[in-house]
Amino acid sequence: MSLTAAFFAIIRRDLLLAFRRRAEMANPLFFFVLVVTLFPLAVGAQPNLLQTMAPGVVWVSALLAALLSLDGMFRSDFEDGSLEQMLLSAQSLPVLVLGKVVAHWLVTGLPLLVIAPLLALFLGLPERAMPTLWLTLLLATPVLSLIGAIGVALTVGLRRGGMILSLLVLPLYVPVLIFASSAVDRAAGGLPVSAQINILLSMLLAAAVVTPLPTAAALRMSVN
Amino acid sequence: MAFIPEPISRFFHRTASPPHFYALANRLIPWLSVLLVLGLAYGLYGGLYLAPADYQQGDSYRIIYIHVPAAWMSLFVYVVMAIMGGIALIWRMKLAEVMLISSAPIGAGFTFIALVTGSLWGKPMWGAWWVWDARLTSELILLFLYLGIISLYGAIEDKRSASRAVSILALVGVVNIPIIHYSVEWWNTLHQGATVSKLDKPSIHISMLIPLLTMAVAFKLYYAVAVLQAAKLELIKREPSAQWVKNLLETSA
Repeated sequence: MSLTAAFFAIIRRDLLLAFRRRAEMANPLFFFVLVVTLFPLAVGAQPNLLQTMAPGVVWVSALLAALLSLDGMFRSDFEDGSLEQMLLSAQSLPVLVLGKVVAHWLVTGLPLLVIAPLLALFLGLPERAMPTLWLTLLLATPVLSLIGAIGVALTVGLRRGGMILSLLVLPLYVPVLIFASSAVDRAAGGLPVSAQINILLSMLLAAAVVTPLPTAAALRMSVN
Repeated sequence: MAFIPEPISRFFHRTASPPHFYALANRLIPWLSVLLVLGLAYGLYGGLYLAPADYQQGDSYRIIYIHVPAAWMSLFVYVVMAIMGGIALIWRMKLAEVMLISSAPIGAGFTFIALVTGSLWGKPMWGAWWVWDARLTSELILLFLYLGIISLYGAIEDKRSASRAVSILALVGVVNIPIIHYSVEWWNTLHQGATVSKLDKPSIHISMLIPLLTMAVAFKLYYAVAVLQAAKLELIKREPSAQWVKNLLETSA
């Protein structure tokens, strides 16, 4: 089997598994909507306040939803032993890992993109910022999955890895959060955002190339 | 290994063996401690007594004699940890793993000291204990990175696996530190600019600079003494039943 075929086979398998358990797929989405709903309840419903906070609120909630969904990335494969088969296979492990991350993003990241403009409307984000919000989510949520994969791979062998996972992963998410929410913020004010978008794009490309390597090394550590 | 001269690689291999390292640490610690006390005494005397007061900040600038060396060390220790992590992953050298994990609490301590002294200085100067300034924020994130390494090491029971895990994490972190630093820098900045590292003409007077550099050396010596002590303990904890540990107990008993 060629490497490309293996890459797509992994994606296909993970998508199939996810579609067989559709109820789980919706959970990060509900979480995202719930967290965004909590903000107006906590800080008050003044339209001006919500409008200023909207880029940050949407992005922090998206980040938390991504963090929450990370744990499932390697968990079931680790428990039923298919992760070991992957490590033993003749194919390059980083490429297989990249396939798993892509599948995970398609299942958990892509739905956020669909629902985010609706939530931004709830918070009164100006309509001219919508394309930017959408673009930042498209570029930056895969980065969250890619970086998060390192943390998951390091903690998958632990019984209660959840807290440690967030301690490991959240500091590494800071640059993504800064550039993504500042892009949306500037777009809401009618300012150009190409610098932020370019940086997010370069982060995505760099993360896609680099992060599968430590993830693969961490999986080898966790499984043995 | 063909590029490395024979004596150097022999020294490398000898030092990597736990009993040799233990003996070497025992010989080094007294000398380093003496130098540490001398450096600390001169640095504190020079910084707190000899150096003139600042024309703007008065005497409160003197906190830099603790703050700046601690902030330098917080980065230095992390880089050392990443190098040790690389060595541990490539050559599976136990000593590098031990040095990595022994460094983590010390580095976290330096980071914490830098944050606390910065906040103490910020209250009279900026009028607030904490401001969301770029350098403060990236130092805080650095503290989280240290804490992540410490808690990940604690959570994995098999210490060889735990060492590999923190080695990977330290390497990932060291790639990210510049990215985090510059992104936070762009996000917001209030901290005063660098005063020492401008090579052509430092904006700090020589009478203030010398005690500061002495303190920086003293902090490095403190790190060396502390990490050797911690590594000695960690080595014994890892191989409690090794022959050299038994010999050690017999000779000291």
